[in-house]
Amino acid sequence: MVQQTRYGMSLKFVIPSDPSRGREVQARILDEVAKNKFNSDSIFAIKLALEEALVNAIKHGNKLDPNKQVFIEAVVSPRQLELTIEDQGPGFDRTCVPDPTAPENLEKCSGRGILLIESYMTTVEWSNNGRRVHMIKRND
Amino acid sequence: MSEQAPPVSIIDEKNVRIVEFTNNKILDEANIAEIGATLNSLIDDTDQPRLLLDFTSVDHLSSAALGMLINANNRIKQRNGQLRLANIKPQIFEVFRITKLDRLFRIFTSRPDALASFDK
Repeated sequence: MVQQTRYGMSLKFVIPSDPSRGREVQARILDEVAKNKFNSDSIFAIKLALEEALVNAIKHGNKLDPNKQVFIEAVVSPRQLELTIEDQGPGFDRTCVPDPTAPENLEKCSGRGILLIESYMTTVEWSNNGRRVHMIKRND
Repeated sequence: MSEQAPPVSIIDEKNVRIVEFTNNKILDEANIAEIGATLNSLIDDTDQPRLLLDFTSVDHLSSAALGMLINANNRIKQRNGQLRLANIKPQIFEVFRITKLDRLFRIFTSRPDALASFDK
């Protein structure tokens, strides 16, 4: 659903735990971001964070369960993107996620998605026991 | 059988296998798996494999792509080989820097520099 609000263009999606549907959502949101003339670094950051957050929700949260859904809302204005993604998985405790940059974890093949989301977005908040991530990227 | 172009092209130079990515994004999981399988076969093909990954065309990558590169690096180390990365654009290099993988991989600004760095 697409709706103009006082904060910007709101895009809402409810998708099954299917990576190809996640790609469609990414394309729609990135299209709106481009229309709002975000700069190159902001677009790069959003593309990366969106990819990581959707993979987290679909694969790690819902574990590709076709009976579980992912809820996405993006509010886009020329000033910022506000993005909320929520899954129906068991959730996780952010404080228990190992630091992937620690020497003992550097050669592990996974565990960098959250670090990248938190590094590239302006603000990131996890809630609902880690099932929901709310993030903002300012276009500056 | 896929009708898409292969995700990498491979050339040999100075006893090094140079792998160029043909897609500007290394994001899609199927694409990453295909690249990973190609790298694994190149690594397993020889004793002491010498691989240079050229990122000239790459504009985007994900944490899953980083995982695939780490897997290749571990596999090469197990076979006493050498891996070099070259021509990484500044935005992509920042991803390596944030994840501290710039300390794990040997990264060079140009292909000749990377080629010259291989042990004889």
